[in-house]
Amino acid sequence: MTGADPRDRGGPQQPLLIVDGLKKYFPLRNALGTVSAHVQAVDGIGFSIAKGETLGVVGESGCGKSTTARLLMQLIEPDAGSFVLDGDPVGRGGVTVRELRRQVQMVFQDSYASLNPRHTAAQEIAFGLRVIGKDTATAEAEARQTLRMVGLDPDLYAGRYPHEMSGGQRQRVNIARGIALNPRLLILDEAVSALDKSVQAQVLNLLDDLKQRLNLTYLFISHDLNVVHYVSDRVLVMYLGKIVEVGPVDRIWREAAHPYTRALFSSRLSMNPALRVAAPPLSGDPPNPVRPPSGCRFRTRCTLAEDVCAASEPALIPSPLDAAHAVACHIARAGSGHSLAGALANAA
Amino acid sequence: MPLDATPARNGTIAEVNDLSVRFVTRDRDVLVVDGVSFTLAAGEVLCLLGESGSGKTVTMRSLLRLLPPSARIGGRIDVAGHDVTAMSDRQLERLRGPVAAMVFQEPMTAFDPVFTIGTQIAETIVSHEGISYRAARARALELLELVQIPSAARRLDAYPHELSGGLRQRAMIALALSCRPALLLADEPTTALDATVQIQILLLLRQLQRDLGMATIFVTHDIGVACEVADRVAVMYGGRFVETGPIDQVIAQPAHPYTVGLLNSTVHEISRGAPLVPIPGGPPDLADMPPGCSFAPRCSAKSTRCDEIRPVLAPISAGRAVACHHPTLAGAKP
Repeated sequence: MTGADPRDRGGPQQPLLIVDGLKKYFPLRNALGTVSAHVQAVDGIGFSIAKGETLGVVGESGCGKSTTARLLMQLIEPDAGSFVLDGDPVGRGGVTVRELRRQVQMVFQDSYASLNPRHTAAQEIAFGLRVIGKDTATAEAEARQTLRMVGLDPDLYAGRYPHEMSGGQRQRVNIARGIALNPRLLILDEAVSALDKSVQAQVLNLLDDLKQRLNLTYLFISHDLNVVHYVSDRVLVMYLGKIVEVGPVDRIWREAAHPYTRALFSSRLSMNPALRVAAPPLSGDPPNPVRPPSGCRFRTRCTLAEDVCAASEPALIPSPLDAAHAVACHIARAGSGHSLAGALANAA
Repeated sequence: MPLDATPARNGTIAEVNDLSVRFVTRDRDVLVVDGVSFTLAAGEVLCLLGESGSGKTVTMRSLLRLLPPSARIGGRIDVAGHDVTAMSDRQLERLRGPVAAMVFQEPMTAFDPVFTIGTQIAETIVSHEGISYRAARARALELLELVQIPSAARRLDAYPHELSGGLRQRAMIALALSCRPALLLADEPTTALDATVQIQILLLLRQLQRDLGMATIFVTHDIGVACEVADRVAVMYGGRFVETGPIDQVIAQPAHPYTVGLLNSTVHEISRGAPLVPIPGGPPDLADMPPGCSFAPRCSAKSTRCDEIRPVLAPISAGRAVACHHPTLAGAKP
């Protein structure tokens, strides 16, 4: 996209969103209603999203990727953490949460549950426009225009209710509702995961097209590594509420440094009957986020774990070879006390 | 008297001929499986591959007649020499388990939440084989070890909710294997699991299938899963088989335009940088199927013949068949 975006306040180098120290623990209550433990869903993560990029987020269930998305949208309140939107802090003295929500929109996995069953497609999209102060006629007209942008003919689809549309069409309405408010960041939380493959490809192409046309930035959350690889510029890998690795997509794919990232990628299905996976790269399931392991949270499933991994938690530090690529592993940091420390960096 | 679970003399464990399933309610009559035929050899792994609504699950469940009362089954289904369509409920009970058993997608809903895993497995063995509860319990322990559940003796006393998703699916497989079936039916057994757990379960199923010599039918929407486990694949669309053949040949050289489209719209590692080539339109409405080829409205290679005459599944080479008037053997790459 060329030409300056009038909404751009901080300049092209200023990240669209900076998140720091984000934390969310969900309390677990026992039968008496007293808090007995906490699910450590997101535990002190920080990252930034550059303007115009697609940041992919991958990880297994319980790793905190959806909680992160809901925290960004302020759908749930963080226990700790700060947000900076295009240079302005969110909250006291800066951008209001209301303004943040207008600039950040979200598309959910379940296309049916995220639409109001009593709203037609046009009403669903116009609702948000009326909330931000547009009159009914304008909102209706813009809703029809947005439907056209997502590839749905308004004459055919404007009056349809969610149950009268297919999954792919409903997800297009959800995307239309998101982009109608002219947001800058669109959070796609498993937005194509429930769609059949033939329809998924259509929606992925649509998302790519909209991104160019509307100067959008995407946070793309998915468990499907091939899809994340296809759409992302940078990738963030999460495990049990922590970021374990983040970096440019090609670097992560070719030279993943964290043992978890490498195991996750080796778990991908081969798509070639002649090259079947011979042995599972990991055993067991991810541990319970109520009682995560001490030190490195991945150590209980890591084949390379040593005493230092249980004793201290590895920090997310940039790789000496590429500052954009950061890893939270004792092996990646020379002098950490791990017998292999520094070896992987040399190998790469 | 237990049912005989040995394959027929020609080595066939299941034979399905012109199977049709319609769901009939007061105001709707929908044909969801339309003229499906196949045979399954003992020890063979067949994958039914298709998108939602293609009829893959209904086809598989027909083999055990595990369908709601509104279903009307037509055609002939033979499992280990028994005509399933003609069986009484009593006979079906003896078929389900010892002859053919099923692994479901969601073990949390397939297990009874108020009994332990061990009790449920042992109970199944007692009711089918009439051995003592103690002996059945010992078998249950062996089964949990067979499916590689760590500290199996302790897990015998676990309730389903106390197990992780991967362990629950392993326990589900143990339950399915408890009566030593000759045929295993697996309905998207790994779809609900994480990537690192999915591959463990697929490899476990592959190993058990080989070690125990079970024939297996796998239902999946994921080409990657089919590539990992299948010997043969049957691609379904609109309730019909559109293409069948050995998995390696179908993936390398798909013949039906739908199979080609499905492969093209699946994101591969090499897809990055190039736009995807999706199949236009959406899946057909089973209540309002076109008279000719069900894929014709979405097909770029169609002719007037496709709109008028329904293509039948016809052999194109050894072991391969396709239902298309204009089959291509050009491969998946455009």
